[in-house]
Amino acid sequence: MNLWIAVIATGLGCYLLKLAGMAAPRGLVDRPLVRRFVLATPIALLAALIALQTLAQGQELVLDVARLGGLAAAVLTLLLRAPFLVVLIAAALTTAVLRAVGVG
Amino acid sequence: MKLYNLTISPPIRDGLGVGLAVGLSGLAFGTTAVTAGMSVAQACVLSLLCFSGASQFALAAVVAGGGDLAAGTLGALLLGGRNALYGLRLSGELGWRGGRRIVAAHGVIDETAAITLPYREQTAVRAAFTSTFATLYLMWNLTTALGALAADSIGSPEALGIDAVGPAIFLALLWPRLTEGRRVMLVALLGAGIALATTPWLPPGVPVLLAVVAALAGTGERGDSGETGEAGPGGAAGAGPTQSREVRP
Repeated sequence: MNLWIAVIATGLGCYLLKLAGMAAPRGLVDRPLVRRFVLATPIALLAALIALQTLAQGQELVLDVARLGGLAAAVLTLLLRAPFLVVLIAAALTTAVLRAVGVG
Repeated sequence: MKLYNLTISPPIRDGLGVGLAVGLSGLAFGTTAVTAGMSVAQACVLSLLCFSGASQFALAAVVAGGGDLAAGTLGALLLGGRNALYGLRLSGELGWRGGRRIVAAHGVIDETAAITLPYREQTAVRAAFTSTFATLYLMWNLTTALGALAADSIGSPEALGIDAVGPAIFLALLWPRLTEGRRVMLVALLGAGIALATTPWLPPGVPVLLAVVAALAGTGERGDSGETGEAGPGGAAGAGPTQSREVRP
């Protein structure tokens, strides 16, 4: 698939999903099974993305200590209830510093 | 900012606060997208049309891994599916019809849902939604462009730890949900496990899709993931409690 097609399909598709929610009949959300699945889906997807972006390089599983350190810093700042932006900066900074000193 | 506290109404101030903070992660997206292999124009068009961080990062990750773009697109859309649920709820709160609803739909994302849902009065709901949407949309697209343009001049994004920002964003989005109960934790661990276990055997992008199977574990009877998720304004994450608390009056 051409990258432009992927970009536009993702963009339009995401908008249509939002619009579908806004325009859908109210009764749909009251179905417990529908609601539970839609709410559980992002949890599974986000966890999968975290795991892969931390431990995978293409189709290969890798142990990148610097990247793992960055994620650990994110966990730490989240535990300390730091703002969103601080969490991101801590992750990037930790990974950068670990790489600068030759780790990972 | 103290001066603003006295002059701007709380819903609008909340929206501005989150808008400014979260919009800045657009810098990371712009850089990540171009480093992954998208052009500056593609990164910008994606931010303009999609306007949903998690989906955009997910697509960029597949592009970076040289994965199947159809699977990548499907994965991004599945992630965007939660916005439909926010839409179901926000539609009634906002009470807009016709053209207004068509425009407002684009702003239905984690952060606007998180900021808007605590308000009960329609005027406040509309003010919070509009200010969050406007600020976030402006910041997200501006910073995407800046990050994308800067990516070329940054020699090695990895040296700056940019590759750690993506997972950190996803973790921050997931974080408020993880404390909700064992069921949520089970779904998360299963999802991560399925993705990791299938990665060596399948093209990039597909393992993330397969992780949806884990969501079925959270769909059974007495699933606490759904019920408690409804209770919090963060819904499936977004700015989450941390962010909302930070900007509360």
